[in-house]
Amino acid sequence: MFYTRLILGYFMQYLKTRLEYRGDFLVQLVTDLLFQGVNLVFILVVFSHTTDLQGWTREEVIFIYGYFLVPFAVFAAFFNLWDFNERYIIRGEMDRVLTRPAHSLLQVILETMAPESLIGAVTGLAVMGWAAMRMDVDWSWYDPLLFLVFVIGGAAVYGGIYITLTSISLFSDSKTDIQPIMYNVGNYGRYPINIYSKVIQFVLTWVLPFAFVGFYPASFLLDDDRWSILAMVTPLVGVVYMGIGITVWNWGIRNYRGAGN
Amino acid sequence: MLNTYLELIRIRFLMMLAYRVNYYSGIIIYSLNIGVYYFLWMAIYGDAGSIRDMTAVQMATYIAVAWMSRAFYFNNLDREIAREIRDGTVAVQLIRPYHYLGVKMAQGFGEGLFRLLLFSVPGMAVVSLVFPIELPGIGERWLWFVVSLLIGFVINSQINMFTGLMAFYIMNNEGLIRAKRVIVDLLSGLILPISFYPEWAQRILTYLPFQAISYQPSTILAKGMARGEIAHVLLTQWIWAVVLWIPIQLLWIHARRRLIVQGG
Repeated sequence: MFYTRLILGYFMQYLKTRLEYRGDFLVQLVTDLLFQGVNLVFILVVFSHTTDLQGWTREEVIFIYGYFLVPFAVFAAFFNLWDFNERYIIRGEMDRVLTRPAHSLLQVILETMAPESLIGAVTGLAVMGWAAMRMDVDWSWYDPLLFLVFVIGGAAVYGGIYITLTSISLFSDSKTDIQPIMYNVGNYGRYPINIYSKVIQFVLTWVLPFAFVGFYPASFLLDDDRWSILAMVTPLVGVVYMGIGITVWNWGIRNYRGAGN
Repeated sequence: MLNTYLELIRIRFLMMLAYRVNYYSGIIIYSLNIGVYYFLWMAIYGDAGSIRDMTAVQMATYIAVAWMSRAFYFNNLDREIAREIRDGTVAVQLIRPYHYLGVKMAQGFGEGLFRLLLFSVPGMAVVSLVFPIELPGIGERWLWFVVSLLIGFVINSQINMFTGLMAFYIMNNEGLIRAKRVIVDLLSGLILPISFYPEWAQRILTYLPFQAISYQPSTILAKGMARGEIAHVLLTQWIWAVVLWIPIQLLWIHARRRLIVQGG
């Protein structure tokens, strides 16, 4: 009850600040669309020179990319932790958060959230839908349910990994560039995994499981049963990585000493 | 006068050197990008020996060269100029006895030089160990590549300056800067060699300066070009580099008149 009211309160606050700067919202929307557009142009142009990508057709690759955008949008909306180090550690806002009677991670997430990024999910669904309509995808009654579970699982994988990386700031206040590096690793998850070498496939499955964000669930929805077992463990992987993230965060909070005096 | 600019290049180079640790992560990020495009292109090639007159090995080399060149020509002049306009420091720059845009270009070059030596060169060494790429031996091709890349740097910086100067008119041009970055990456041939675009798109792109930034220098090195073709490429690059100064100068002259700095 306490937390529900808290989340609602934060959300109202968020709406107020956002409505004050409507122009920024529009700009972000356009640049996001442009960015996704470029990736689609790449796929479209590439397929004018080949019929398949390691066995995947143009529509399938576009479907996978569109699917990837959905969990990624959920992640981007609620785990907007990019300048945590700058804002909370160096400028000391963490001390304020820690004096309050709610879990510190939840506060930080609510203060930094950017629900406008969910627009990316709409783009993703549109891209996915367009690709699905041009193919014979067999939809079962439980597919939408699984879709939801997959999306939450995928977002949790991303969120868990980023919370873990963000927690590094709690141990040392020097800036690290691991987050942008991880962002680029994450991009590997939006293409069919069998185009990569075995080592990369292993890493994307068991070490930095970004294949669970985009490829495995999407291939399952495409009725490809080569990876269906892996697709099914998506929520489990999400829980495990989110668990690691929260554990490391809590450990970091106990360790946190503040950057000032 | 030239000494002033040389000194500016030197100072920016030394300034970057002081923060060199920041660049090690850059090498990793660029290598990751090269990696994802390498695998994508190899899957596209499949069993095909060559597509659009480019073999798979040439493509791999092209990706590596294009990304490592980006480390050199990429700079944040757009952000820097926009910031100086917003916080008013541009007013101080205006009373100094040099050309503001020339200074920016020199600073960008100092930064580029730094990245070339401490980023692109070691990065290229790493990448050539990991991926099967084929670089030509020391010779003429390298020379033309360097000349072409330098002009590419100038053109990219000019586009950055133009975007940055727009801050005189649009106070928050952060979105414009990001959009420009995405467009340049696409149309310069970095993620997609121009020869792979459909015919109609290629025709449009010949009338735009973007391919001079990445596609032309990278092709000279990765695939090679006939002498005559190289001469043609270098000539069009030069023409663009000269022509692009006109809108920038006009914008600069017009914008200066409407500069309002708040506070003192």
